Amino acid sequence: MEVRELICIGCPMGCPLKVELVQGQALKVTGNNCGRGEAYAKKEVSHPARIVTSSVKVEGGTQKVVSVKTKEDIPKEKIFDVIKCLKDIKVQAPVHIGDVVVRNAAGTGVDIVATRTVTTGP
Amino acid sequence: MLKYEIVIVGGGPAGLAAAIAAKEHGAASILVLERDGELGGILNQCIHNGFGLHTFKEELTGPEYAARFIDRLFQAGITYKLNTMVMDISADKVVTAINREDGMIEIHARAVILAMGCRERSRGALNIPGFRPAGVFSAGTAQRLVNIEGCLPGRKIVILGSGDIGLIMARRMALEGARVQVVAELLPYSSGLKRNIVQCLDDFGIPLKLRHTVVNIHGKKRVEGVTIAQVDERQKPISGSEIYYECDTLLLSCGLIPENELSKTLGVQLNPVTSGPLVNECLETSVEGIFACGNVLHVHDLVDFVSQEAAAAGTYAASYIKNSTGHEKSRDIPISAESGVRYTVPNTVHPQRMEEKLTVRFRVGDVYKNCYVSVYVDEKRLIHRKKQVMAPGEMEEVILNKEELEAYPGMSKITVKLEED
Amino acid sequence: MYDVVIIGAGVSGCAVARELARYQLNICVAEKEEDVCCGTSKANSAIVHAGFDAESGSLMARLNVEGNEMMEGLSRELDFPFRRNGSLVICLREEEKPELETLYQRGLKNGVKGLRIIGREELNTLEPNSSDEAIGALYAPTGGIVCPFAMNFAFAENAAENGVKFQFDTKVTGFQRTDNDWIIQTNQGELKSRYVVNAAGVYADKIHNMVSPKKLHITPRRGEYCLLDRSAEGFVKHTIFQLPGKFGKGVLITPTIHGNTLIGPTAEDIGDREGTNTTRAGLEELMSRAGNTVKGIPLREIITSFAGLRAHEDGHEFCIGEAEGAPGFIDCAGIESPGLTAAPAIGKLVAEIIRKLEHPLENPDFTGTRKGILDPKTLSKEQHAALIQEHPAYGNIVCRCEMITEGEILDAVHRPLGAKSLDGVKRRTRAGMGRCQGGFCSPKVMEILAEERKLEYSEITKSGGKSQIIVGTNKDRL
Repeated sequence: MEVRELICIGCPMGCPLKVELVQGQALKVTGNNCGRGEAYAKKEVSHPARIVTSSVKVEGGTQKVVSVKTKEDIPKEKIFDVIKCLKDIKVQAPVHIGDVVVRNAAGTGVDIVATRTVTTGP
Repeated sequence: MLKYEIVIVGGGPAGLAAAIAAKEHGAASILVLERDGELGGILNQCIHNGFGLHTFKEELTGPEYAARFIDRLFQAGITYKLNTMVMDISADKVVTAINREDGMIEIHARAVILAMGCRERSRGALNIPGFRPAGVFSAGTAQRLVNIEGCLPGRKIVILGSGDIGLIMARRMALEGARVQVVAELLPYSSGLKRNIVQCLDDFGIPLKLRHTVVNIHGKKRVEGVTIAQVDERQKPISGSEIYYECDTLLLSCGLIPENELSKTLGVQLNPVTSGPLVNECLETSVEGIFACGNVLHVHDLVDFVSQEAAAAGTYAASYIKNSTGHEKSRDIPISAESGVRYTVPNTVHPQRMEEKLTVRFRVGDVYKNCYVSVYVDEKRLIHRKKQVMAPGEMEEVILNKEELEAYPGMSKITVKLEED
Repeated sequence: MYDVVIIGAGVSGCAVARELARYQLNICVAEKEEDVCCGTSKANSAIVHAGFDAESGSLMARLNVEGNEMMEGLSRELDFPFRRNGSLVICLREEEKPELETLYQRGLKNGVKGLRIIGREELNTLEPNSSDEAIGALYAPTGGIVCPFAMNFAFAENAAENGVKFQFDTKVTGFQRTDNDWIIQTNQGELKSRYVVNAAGVYADKIHNMVSPKKLHITPRRGEYCLLDRSAEGFVKHTIFQLPGKFGKGVLITPTIHGNTLIGPTAEDIGDREGTNTTRAGLEELMSRAGNTVKGIPLREIITSFAGLRAHEDGHEFCIGEAEGAPGFIDCAGIESPGLTAAPAIGKLVAEIIRKLEHPLENPDFTGTRKGILDPKTLSKEQHAALIQEHPAYGNIVCRCEMITEGEILDAVHRPLGAKSLDGVKRRTRAGMGRCQGGFCSPKVMEILAEERKLEYSEITKSGGKSQIIVGTNKDRL
């Protein structure tokens, strides 16, 4: 049996987790203070995933760029594929929180959404 | 002269939460003065996720968190002015501010809430030797350039300081195509959240060098490299341990300082440990009717706690204008921070006046394992709670009960301290 | 074809330019950096010496006292901040008292007015924070403080307004002598001129040695400084020197004209004429020696440190005059402390040398006054309110630490020889000079520079040349 030690990223507490693994499968998670910790640990040892945040260019808005995020977490190894797919994106103002900026980013099945509102402006 | 019941200086997370709470608790006229072009403060440039788990039970990005409060402010019909800089606050609560449209404004307030936030410790304040080229940025300035302006401040980066902004910026720069070579930290531990070490450094293979600092900055016009050295127990660089990193950018994340210049001119007494005002349990400063909350009071790690604290300040300010009587200062019991506890907020409590429960927030001065947080009323120990780990980077709290305190009518002091057993 | 080319747009070069502008001369100032005030003139103690330091009978002593006397009138004509705060040389040991007396006598000989030796008690009244060990001091009420940037810009702008041309990013590489003229070779092509004024600071020996068989030698002498926030204003009121003694030339502590407190300089001879870096040893030395004359310096209020290079000539004397074997080539070299104080007198002296050689006609259109950048903080509330109504930009605070408005920055960009870089804006307006050191305002100043100078963000520099602030846009290399 293998034991992996992790720091939970589910909340700012950063609980130190211990995951007992058998053939890559999490058998038991300890050290967590809530359900989020267990879920994180199980996912982290099998298919780690992250929310990715960045920004894309805006045209005709009060801001030059609008901040965006993946609507859900995406596989960790896809982080840079997702970022690259934002490189040439230009959205037209107005943009509202939650507006989809890219659908199914880099084939992850996850959309990229705006995380702020940019109104039209100079 | 304009008249408002409550003037709030700052429209960041603290100012917003204070305004909303004050309105909910009966304040009729509130004015928020914000120096930037939009409400939300520094949250607007904190585009990463991780905000609001306590408040909204979900993970939001900074702008999303701000938007929720801004929406509530709009719904409550609270007045605000943008691009407006407060120049002066007088002890009789005349707030002088300027902006383009109104020119010089004087506002008479019955209560003022200070919510100006904080600034980053600069390269100069850190006394880092070397040249003064372009390419040395505080992490927050770089964050603004990247996240608001869409500009890349550098391609090969060294970061000094492992505070949360430094860690967050390490990931941001890496994601935008820069190479982050190393994060150096003077202390033997990071002052950032553990999860940020994982998701901002480990995820991107960025090394963290503890007990290291920058000892030289090279390059006359633009940064060409920095020299990093290990430090000894007294934080002095160890000669012979120097490593040269070729880079075009040095980001600094070496601490935040509450911005209390207005408070000082106003005559508000500051706590030299936090550089923030001394406050009673109503978050009222030494000047009657002037309240403080958020990072101007003490630097927080989580915006959720800023919002909570600011809501309390707004509530107390609303009740102050309703009762419009000054607080009887003589009955304030000092809360003393001792053995390992660096400071507490608030600094005094009035047991008769206080609510049923009072959250006292504090920070410790070092990393402590399996220690007890104790609260004493004079010689009598009221609270004795074991904590597995405590670190300077993470704010702690204890809750005081009115009922329990009232059992000691003659008390002279409350002490918060760490004990081994 | 110019009548006079002045090499160097520091305070000496610009003072000379402004004095020469009184005559019908075609003048050009050639500066290797992107702006006025980029060398020694920008990094010094910013004080106006009384004049007891320099050896009696020296040119240094004479020009120091003359410059000091001119400062008040000049600061009004050219609108730059200057104040006589008085200076004190503190004596810490009984056995050093004779040296204080020597200094006093030298001051008298040099013509310094109002000099007095004071005892412990009076010192305490003047400076409550002076060291408990102090036994007395030399008090020079004519000592003053000045904004070195503002003074340099004042000379330059007034010269420019009177027709002097300025050519920046122009580095002199050599000279040729024709029958009556100098051909000055630069990285920007050739300049032709009847006269050359060599005001090249730490490079003045190099420039001189290109034309004269009698060689000059200048050593860059580095001085490191620490600057305290305005929150420490009032810690000292006078410029406080330590008596030069067994600890060498002491470190001074002085208020600046803008309310900061300045500690420095160290003194270290170095080889690198661009070596304006601070060092750990230097900063540590400042920390340890600053406390000799005063007690309880609030060192946690330090907001920045910097280093400047003094152009130390081997003979420790100003070298002003026509260079041997180089007719019409006027040196203005070895201008180290008290060079800033002496600058007005240096300007006059060099102009006089050229006047005697050339007998130019007076310029009837010369205007000797100039207005500096309007600082709304000097106005009453009512006046400031009226100003905002007329120019709303004066209601927009860009630099929150120093409370600098957009109006001032626009003025700095659009006035003669206007600011092109962040440092240019900073030295003209103080935006970015405060406690956050530009952390908050630099993106905003960049926005103004981009708009007003029609620059891309990637073209905006900190201090010209290759000092770009940003290197690209997000994801551009992904």
